[in-house]
Amino acid sequence: MTWLDYALWGVLPYLVLLVLVGGTVWRYRYDRFGWTTRSSQLYESRLLRIASPMFHFGLLVVIVGHVIGLLIPKSWTEAVGIPESAYHLTALSLGIVAGVCTLGGIALLIWRRRTTGPVFSATTVNDKIMYLVLTMAIVAGLATTLLSAGADLTGGHGHDYRETVSVWFRSIWILQPDVAAMAASTFAFKLHVVIGLALFTLLPFTRLVHAFTAPVGYLFRPYVVYRARDPRSTTRTSRPIRRGWG
Amino acid sequence: MEIRDGAGRPIGRVMAQVAMVMNLDKCIGCHTCSVTCKQAWTNRSGVEYVWFNNVETRPGQGYPRQYEDQERWRGGWRRTGSGRLVPRAGGRLHKLATIFANPLMPSIQDYYEPWTYDYENLIVAPLGDDMPVARPRSLISGEPMNIEWSANWDDNLGGGPEVAGGDPLARRLGEKVRFSFEESFMFYLPRICEHCLNPSCVASCPSGALYKRSEDGIVLVDQDRCRGWRMCVTGCPYKKVYFNHKTGKAEKCTLCYPRVEVGLPTVCSETCVGRLRYLGVVLYDAERVGQAAAVADERDLYPAQLDVMLDPEDEGVRAAARRDGIAERWVESARRSPVYTLAARYRVALPLHPEYRTLPMVWYVPPLSPVVDALVETGHDGEAAGNLFGAIEALRIPVEYLAELFTAGDVEPVVGALRRLAAMRSHMRRVNLGEPVDEGIAEAVGMRTAEIEAMYRLLAVAKYDERYVIPTAYGVDEADRGVIEEVGCSLDFEGGPGTGGMGGAAPWGEASGRARPATVENFHALRVRQSGEKPSGSAKRVNLLNWDGRGRPEGLFPKKRKDGAEAAEEGTE
Repeated sequence: MTWLDYALWGVLPYLVLLVLVGGTVWRYRYDRFGWTTRSSQLYESRLLRIASPMFHFGLLVVIVGHVIGLLIPKSWTEAVGIPESAYHLTALSLGIVAGVCTLGGIALLIWRRRTTGPVFSATTVNDKIMYLVLTMAIVAGLATTLLSAGADLTGGHGHDYRETVSVWFRSIWILQPDVAAMAASTFAFKLHVVIGLALFTLLPFTRLVHAFTAPVGYLFRPYVVYRARDPRSTTRTSRPIRRGWG
Repeated sequence: MEIRDGAGRPIGRVMAQVAMVMNLDKCIGCHTCSVTCKQAWTNRSGVEYVWFNNVETRPGQGYPRQYEDQERWRGGWRRTGSGRLVPRAGGRLHKLATIFANPLMPSIQDYYEPWTYDYENLIVAPLGDDMPVARPRSLISGEPMNIEWSANWDDNLGGGPEVAGGDPLARRLGEKVRFSFEESFMFYLPRICEHCLNPSCVASCPSGALYKRSEDGIVLVDQDRCRGWRMCVTGCPYKKVYFNHKTGKAEKCTLCYPRVEVGLPTVCSETCVGRLRYLGVVLYDAERVGQAAAVADERDLYPAQLDVMLDPEDEGVRAAARRDGIAERWVESARRSPVYTLAARYRVALPLHPEYRTLPMVWYVPPLSPVVDALVETGHDGEAAGNLFGAIEALRIPVEYLAELFTAGDVEPVVGALRRLAAMRSHMRRVNLGEPVDEGIAEAVGMRTAEIEAMYRLLAVAKYDERYVIPTAYGVDEADRGVIEEVGCSLDFEGGPGTGGMGGAAPWGEASGRARPATVENFHALRVRQSGEKPSGSAKRVNLLNWDGRGRPEGLFPKKRKDGAEAAEEGTE
């Protein structure tokens, strides 16, 4: 292991975490007004209606895949009785489908952004950098999946990230980064991780923050929202406000 | 504690709503309300295409085009088989599933593509044989464009049957609405946000950024919570929530809440040339709202909405209002409310499209003029009671058209309102001509002569304070006035990054920082500063931009020391 390994897999993750958490808190406190999807649907909706759901739903599956792959130790799935081959096959096939969807979606979105005049003129430098890093992260991620699939097809053995990347990822959270585990990974995975870290660093300062305020609470709140002009003064009514219209 | 009204009905939670009535007979379609509203609220980039207030010619397509076609836009509420209400565009899960690309959102072309002109060309064009022209340029793409539509493209039936024929209501009525010159009729319909009792835009907002204010029922967008999911645009059947394409947030008519809070009418009301707008408080029973909005037959929605409103003359209602924390001044204001009077007492004001099930709170006095005009054209006396009464029923158009607008197609309430207006017209003409009073006219429409005359006063001669009855008790009392410190930019402190004064530039550019407060406190402070005799502000600093030249404000010059030399520093005394 070189000093670069220590820097990349031992120090960098914590710096990224610091920026991600600190940046998000700062943005939320300071720039809540700028916290928006900045949708361009008003300008163009024909392409968006295909590309945006394709990208977003693909990405949701990709995120779930990452969570499962990184957080659940190999020993657990084996203990439950899922054979390695079955796990591998499911992960690869789902990963390829979702990855292709996501990549196709973002490709279409970027093409739309570039070719639709109003959408392009509403694109900031910040957006362009974000798109670049995001696309690179998706391409690198899909590359690792395809390499693994390729190795399977040619009868060889692909790199098992669950014994390297995942171990390292979990070790970050207990403040004992397993640098050696990550260093033992392949170049494709290392590249994907570095680009991923870059994306997390950028995230609080781009429009991607809208993901943090995904409106899940909508499912659980009454339809009509009442709010007082001054929340301190107008709860004089003795009767409790009930769910619904009352 | 259960309180019952005069009829013995229990009263649920009493809430107050600032509501509006517009008298369409008096609208001359001058668009002053639209223009002043635009100047006050939407003269910014990102909302070039937005008119919180617009005036449509009916029949006509409206703004955005054909917004009333709910088969297409799916605004408002839908009653399910089991009698529940869900947003017509889909419930919570459906909304979240379509959040990545809202399939039911109007595009900019459905409103109109805003533009400016290439004025620079007038100055910089090289010398030539042709007169230089300023070509229109899109404010969206910046490219030269052809102007093909705008907010009032079909003003005064402009464009003829081809354009006005796109009116969704006229299409529903089919052959009955004629657009040939001899048979056509038209009137103007000024529209603002309805500030509904059962707002479907609020229900559609996944972030909970839209809310109905519990003090006055004004529906607002919290700019700090809006994330630009755009569901409110779909949810509002009146298409009165707009998407600011620069900030990526929803914006809508605020009922000029900073003005209403201090007892001033909205900008559109204040500047209305025809003085056709009325503002007042309506008390309603919040617990009856859900039921009223979910009645089975669409035609029962108008009476159900009237039933939600509470009569402030009823002792029980007033007691219940006090119980529910409504200020005495508001209850008193509700008793003098021209809105309650026109909508509930005289029943001449009707809600716009009750079939959307949102219980809208901007009411309209339907226009009698097309009927009178039609009578006069046929050589009859257009203001004689007998002729008018007969004509209202005989002239199926525009009555059916008005019913499509105001009562979900039920002509009865429209005919009733028009008859009362006709009776008022005939009665007052007799009074003006010195003819004997005919009690029969009032009786024919179920009113008393005194009531007719009171209604005439309210509709024809009511002064400013009779038209706009707005209470001001929002927690800011008389005692507070004038002593509230001026609220400046929050960063405008000593050594802070603010550049000074109200509205100083935010450090990270126009869209950064928090929304600037528009509050009662600010309003009073500004008024004191503008109308006061003495210069305001701290003595250490003088803002020369608003110094009116009177006197020598403290701090204009450094203090003199006793020995005559000027103090090196301010405020060393």
